[in-house]
Amino acid sequence: MARITAGVASSHVPLLGVASDFNKDRDDYFGPIFAGYDWTREWEKAEKPDVVILVYNDHASAFDMKIIPTFAIGCGERYKSADEGWGPRAVPDVEGHPDLAWHIAQSLVLDEFDMTIINEMDVDHGLTVPLSMMFGKPDAWPCKVVPLAVNVVTYPPPSGNRCWALGEAVRKAVESFPEDLNVQVWGTGGMSHQLQGPRAGLINKEWDNMFLDGLVGDSDHLRRIPHIEYLRETGSEGIEMVMWLVMRGALGKKTRALHRHYHVPCSNTAIGHMVLRPDNGEGLDMTGSDTVTAIAAE
Amino acid sequence: MITEDPKHQDIHEYLAEMEDIPGTRVFTAKRARQGYHMNQFAMSLMKDENRARFKADERAYMDEWPLTEDMKQALLARDYNRCLDLGGNVYFLAKLFSTDGIPFAEAVSTMTDMEFPQYREMMMNGGRSPEGLRSIRANAAAAKKEDR
Repeated sequence: MARITAGVASSHVPLLGVASDFNKDRDDYFGPIFAGYDWTREWEKAEKPDVVILVYNDHASAFDMKIIPTFAIGCGERYKSADEGWGPRAVPDVEGHPDLAWHIAQSLVLDEFDMTIINEMDVDHGLTVPLSMMFGKPDAWPCKVVPLAVNVVTYPPPSGNRCWALGEAVRKAVESFPEDLNVQVWGTGGMSHQLQGPRAGLINKEWDNMFLDGLVGDSDHLRRIPHIEYLRETGSEGIEMVMWLVMRGALGKKTRALHRHYHVPCSNTAIGHMVLRPDNGEGLDMTGSDTVTAIAAE
Repeated sequence: MITEDPKHQDIHEYLAEMEDIPGTRVFTAKRARQGYHMNQFAMSLMKDENRARFKADERAYMDEWPLTEDMKQALLARDYNRCLDLGGNVYFLAKLFSTDGIPFAEAVSTMTDMEFPQYREMMMNGGRSPEGLRSIRANAAAAKKEDR
């Protein structure tokens, strides 16, 4: 049986991809950001996930204004890095897991989530930057990826509550997949940032940290934050944080934090990063990885 | 942190709230419709050959698109606040930032009342505080109260 063993949250600022690709990741500006991911890179080497379900948004790369899917799942064999206007990032192709992806897609539709199915697309920084942050610069990504794209560009995006519920349905889908797979769910984007208008540059450390706090434990109050609250408090692009709730929803009733990192600024954005373990007494903590985590932390 | 019952969202109330944030144009359906061709034009700049043609003669390239004269002027002037007013979206306009070869944050700073070095400095010092920038209505009410 496939199991969701961990959740990872991370910002996906495009400049981090540039820093990684041009070896600036340890300079004065980017060093403190990347240092907060060192723990996670060691931890991922020990965890060895087979598949990552990567929740992200496309930034006018694969989708333009012609078609705007609210929730879309990638069922393809592989995805290339998108040319976002300065040539594609020089990162490995992303290998999909069509068997698992189609299984999840079917299960979600039966569960009344009307998914858009994507068989061919390029993936932009929303998906490739988190891979770089968690895995560094390998010749090939160490796991397969099921892209799960959420519209957070054209209003209204899905509610936080709906994102959380989608995560719950993803969990159910994964657990009914017969193959033994170690699956992680990643929620990406955020934290506070506004990229447009006279209010651009908005950052709200206090709110961001309340949000990080809220991901841990058994409270589900984050799912009831309305869009206007994200917009007022965390800037027009802070709305991306609803994608973290898909990840949180997929971890079940209770979580505990293994790692947490917060840094301002990266370009216009507050960087937030967290690693969570489902904590539901269902055996998910018995992967042996607690020991491994302790080693990684040293 | 405000939370509420997600089942009772009135669309008219929702859309009115979107217009109540100072210095912010939320990309609502209305703006998406208004700016459709401007955003699709910007999207076309993801292709190398289109970037080259645009750079060679910006006006002539834009004339191939069903853009209003207002849109063309705003784009030629790189007046991004005006572009937002005409329905542009920052992720689409970003294709023009990269065609121009300027950093994203620098392009963003042109929409504020700061020059880029000053904007960078603000970000290094923790960014712009949301204090006093949450609600146009709340600010107006507070100003009225002060007048009394």
